[in-house]
Amino acid sequence: MAHPSTAGHVVIAGAGLGGLRAAEQLRAAGHAGPLTVIGAEPHLPYNRPPLSKELLAHELPGAGPGGSANGQDGNAQRGIGQRGNGETATAELAVLHERIAFRRRASVADVGFRLGTAIVAADLDGRRLSLGDGATVGFDGLVVATGLRPRRLGVPGPAGPGSGRHVIRTLDDCLELRADLRAQLQSPRAPRVVVVGGGFVGCEVACTVSALGCDVTVIEPAGPPMLRVLGDELATAIQRHHERAGIRFLTGVSVLAYTGLGHTGLGHAPLDHTALDLTGPDHARGRRVTGVVVGDSAEPGGTEPAATDIPGGPISGGPALAGAVLPADIVVEAVGSVPNTEWLAGTGLDISDGVLVDNSLAAIPGTTSTAAGGTLVVAVGDVARFPNPLFDDIPRRVEHWSMPTDTARRAAATLVGRLAGAVEDTGPFGPIPSFWSDQGELRLQSFGSPALADDIRLAEGDPGEPRAGLLAEYYRGGRNVGSVAVNLPPSRQRELRAALAAATATAV
Amino acid sequence: MRISVDFTICADHGQCAIAAPDIFRMDDEGHLAFAEYPDDARRSEAEDAADACPEQAITIID
Repeated sequence: MAHPSTAGHVVIAGAGLGGLRAAEQLRAAGHAGPLTVIGAEPHLPYNRPPLSKELLAHELPGAGPGGSANGQDGNAQRGIGQRGNGETATAELAVLHERIAFRRRASVADVGFRLGTAIVAADLDGRRLSLGDGATVGFDGLVVATGLRPRRLGVPGPAGPGSGRHVIRTLDDCLELRADLRAQLQSPRAPRVVVVGGGFVGCEVACTVSALGCDVTVIEPAGPPMLRVLGDELATAIQRHHERAGIRFLTGVSVLAYTGLGHTGLGHAPLDHTALDLTGPDHARGRRVTGVVVGDSAEPGGTEPAATDIPGGPISGGPALAGAVLPADIVVEAVGSVPNTEWLAGTGLDISDGVLVDNSLAAIPGTTSTAAGGTLVVAVGDVARFPNPLFDDIPRRVEHWSMPTDTARRAAATLVGRLAGAVEDTGPFGPIPSFWSDQGELRLQSFGSPALADDIRLAEGDPGEPRAGLLAEYYRGGRNVGSVAVNLPPSRQRELRAALAAATATAV
Repeated sequence: MRISVDFTICADHGQCAIAAPDIFRMDDEGHLAFAEYPDDARRSEAEDAADACPEQAITIID
């Protein structure tokens, strides 16, 4: 590609997959000037999908060779014992990071990484960023790759470190959950893990900790797991499969509050009324979660709950469950994500949901920003809200692992073109979204945008036996917009992707 | 250019076979097969495949 060689300092905000790929693609597109990657996390870029799967289970009690990404490699794993002191935790962090750290291409060997420092403010017109440590960094071009953080439930109850409430987004999150699991797995009784949120991450975590021997319940207000993407038939088939594997699903109900240690002892006994004073000072931080108070999802935070025990086995939700307390030793909240864009407030960019960009990934200047400020900003990864002409002209964020790599390539070409003063027309950018999800014995592989469908057809397989293979096809206005395969051979993937490419090609 | 795949972490996701079908393919048993010494002209494809691997099991050695 005959790109001009550009100078100038490009800052990449965010040191995840998107930030790393942006650096690589800027070099590939001919940018010769200095590159700085600024990351809030203290770690060099690493791969997040294993955090809910093999890395979460790695060498924990109960993890067989299948629960680890690498059952044979004993070398790098020595030292991850069952001790919990700080020194061991540091060693564990290093070993686990090494397992998932991205290799960096030689072309980015000279890229500067400023890690452990978040960007707190941006002045696009003045081309300056303010960092959390008080430093100021100037730039000629800016790549927004700050990604997402987990949404948290704002319900009463124990919160913060040591509370037993977890999320999974970062390596540090994974380490905290591992430490809790390791401690709880010492108990003769199976640890009771409640996963709040039946999306892909929630289901992956549920399958992983269930395989470790935990007693797992998934709470999902919307219905069967992954409903919004998969549709009812496939979602229900997967729920039934997971239930047969021992995971309990509590659907149609919401979390109203968490109970804490001191109220219910070990959480076995029914609560008395005083235990349900969920707003009092007893729920200050430092207390540990013992149970999850659930209620009708139609009335979040509704009427005062009445104490009831939840029996074992699959449960369908409804008003009868309002106020029931589900005992929990560990809670994992997987209830969606929030874009990390607060630092762009006041810049004039549209950050109502991620960063609004055009089809070339260039940020669209707002009314209060000068054109000069806006045009030198591009966004990549799950924070970028861009229109994909394969489907329509509506800008959307796409939270798939493939998206940082796809968007970084295009964003780099756009930014290098702008820096060189020559805007290239490289044609419409229409990446085919793709994701996979490993859930116990099931592997889901999707192409396209199933969530856009108004019509879903089960094309292959028996919903009663997802393990044997299922294929669902997703249509909008009669046109194929996506497919989801469950346990189909990987040799089928090219055909499925090609079929989708052909079906969506006419739109470009 | 030599391609190396760490089969202790390869999970047969098949993303490489989509990114670089001339180098990687999934056989009928669902397992990965690949050309160890592809033509240097396929470097960009090989890099795409390495990037696309969910387990990051692919290394390109010069």
